[in-house]
Amino acid sequence: MTQNRPWIPYLLILPSVAFLALLFVVPLVQTIWLALSDNGAPSLANAERMVTDINFTRSVRNTFLLTIVVVPVQIAIALAMGTMVSKVGRGRETILWIWTIPLGISDLAAGLVWLSILQNTGYFNSLLFSLGVIGRQASWLSYQTPIALFIAIAVAEIWRGTAIVMVIIVAGLNQVPKEFKEAAEIFGAGPWTRFWRITLPLIRPALQSALILRTVLAFEVFAVVYALGGRNFPVLVGEAYNWQNQNQNYSVAAVYAVLIMIISLAATLIYLKALKVDPERLP
Amino acid sequence: MANIVIDRIRKSFGAFQALKEVSLTINDGEFVSLLGPSGCGKTTLLRIIAGLETSTSGDVRIGDRSIIGLAPKDRGLAMVFQNYAVFPHMTVYENVAFGLRMQKADEARVKAQVEKAAGLLHIEPYLDRYPNKLSGGQRQRVAVARALAVKPKVLLMDEPLSNLDALLRLEMRTELKTVLQSAGTTTIYVTHDQTEAMGLSDRIAVMHNGVVEQVGHPVEIYNHPATRFVGGFIGNPPMNFIKVPVSNGQVAAGEEQLAAPKDVGNEIVLGLRGEAVELAPLPQGLEMKVRVAEPMGSHLLLTGSIHDQPVRVILPASETVKSGDTIGLKLDSKRITWLSPESGRSIPAVSA
Repeated sequence: MTQNRPWIPYLLILPSVAFLALLFVVPLVQTIWLALSDNGAPSLANAERMVTDINFTRSVRNTFLLTIVVVPVQIAIALAMGTMVSKVGRGRETILWIWTIPLGISDLAAGLVWLSILQNTGYFNSLLFSLGVIGRQASWLSYQTPIALFIAIAVAEIWRGTAIVMVIIVAGLNQVPKEFKEAAEIFGAGPWTRFWRITLPLIRPALQSALILRTVLAFEVFAVVYALGGRNFPVLVGEAYNWQNQNQNYSVAAVYAVLIMIISLAATLIYLKALKVDPERLP
Repeated sequence: MANIVIDRIRKSFGAFQALKEVSLTINDGEFVSLLGPSGCGKTTLLRIIAGLETSTSGDVRIGDRSIIGLAPKDRGLAMVFQNYAVFPHMTVYENVAFGLRMQKADEARVKAQVEKAAGLLHIEPYLDRYPNKLSGGQRQRVAVARALAVKPKVLLMDEPLSNLDALLRLEMRTELKTVLQSAGTTTIYVTHDQTEAMGLSDRIAVMHNGVVEQVGHPVEIYNHPATRFVGGFIGNPPMNFIKVPVSNGQVAAGEEQLAAPKDVGNEIVLGLRGEAVELAPLPQGLEMKVRVAEPMGSHLLLTGSIHDQPVRVILPASETVKSGDTIGLKLDSKRITWLSPESGRSIPAVSA
């Protein structure tokens, strides 16, 4: 049918292309212009204002630190979960269902859940107090306890964001026929060798997708941080939000937005390059 | 090189008994096929020997050493899988070298043994390529080379040819026989294809419902099946089974009287290979009503009935029998198998 009317495929994808062009490309161009102009003329004044701000270096450092800690831990946990669940026979679906519950929780709600655990009158302090570990309420989320705050945010992010990595990795693991592992086992590979030399290379595409997705999302971390640390733990998106809403300075907010986009693009390119997937070497 | 003793292996999956006390001895250097329909337990048995599956009870010994409980890598065996299981992310060379690398063999030995195995299987031109660029037949050669490169005491093969197309399967079958004969490795070969088993094996173990029904040389199994199942499973067309009356220890085949085995009842089952007959005039011959005659070029295939029971017989291509004819057959009494109507087991014939 499409042979006679070659324009039909184009017609069918037109709405989505128009939609994206209108609501993505136009704002993108506007944002870039907003970031790189001052009073209608090209200028780096906004960028200068951003980098000289007291919170800029801290927010860059915090965002990168969080990404560097959270993403590898999430990948490791997801790999462990995926490998474990592949050995489970009955009840596998139920376990996967429970593991993916965090997927259905919004990140602000997740932040509030962890806030109720970790705030001064929270569950964590109650537990420590009843065990006699602490004599009075301890503070975990204040600017005086930056390490505890960092750990709390990292744990909350890991809890919230591992499920999506696990879903991608389980899908990848399901694509690897069990005969590959059996053959490796018969020819003398132990469990670790099988994992490193057979399983991991074979789930490379899934690993790549999971890494890109999780890293981009990690650079955009905001709601969990905002709920737990407020402004005690500045991150890039949080600063963009503050410049936009508190300071009403849309231009500096736009520079932050562009910076986050550049970092995400760079990370994606690095992954695509470093974890190059050669279709020739796939099952 | 080693012999294998399978000693009363049982395997249950819940209430289902996949293997019911299977015992089998395979001699050093011998090629034995486990042949049977799907679900007969042949693959389960192979996987128990490989160590990929645990047995419920029983023992397996390779060269007088019990291997039950040993990890697969400590059993001194190699395996070829139905879907090849050639690692897609390694070159052909690295695939063939995999077992040697795991044994931490030095580079010179790896090179020597990979090249030897690759030469045996004619895959030298592909050593630098990735398996995805190879055809199914070439991939299976890589899998066999990978298995032979470690010089295993025992080689296990799980339906290695069933993923190949018919023409390639025939070619690989002949080649496998050549390669394995020169390697001299004790081989256990799982298949549901009786022509494969017949062509390749020194001995065949026919399995059915978790039991070994008969073990023997292919020709012996073909001509003298121990059970009705074996006769029906081996051979194309399968053996004919005709229930015939016995009077005074004799069975009438047309005007000819065949001596029935001793101590049987009023009825016996006559097992008849389709080609163990020749045309005879009526009424001397045994009457057969031909429903369909199919000239196959090399022979003439007749489908019809004897004593109102379905049979298929094969005559030389030169005979001119047509659909709807009634013909007489002379049976080759040496090639008749007598079977008990009740148990389906064969009954030894009266020695002439």
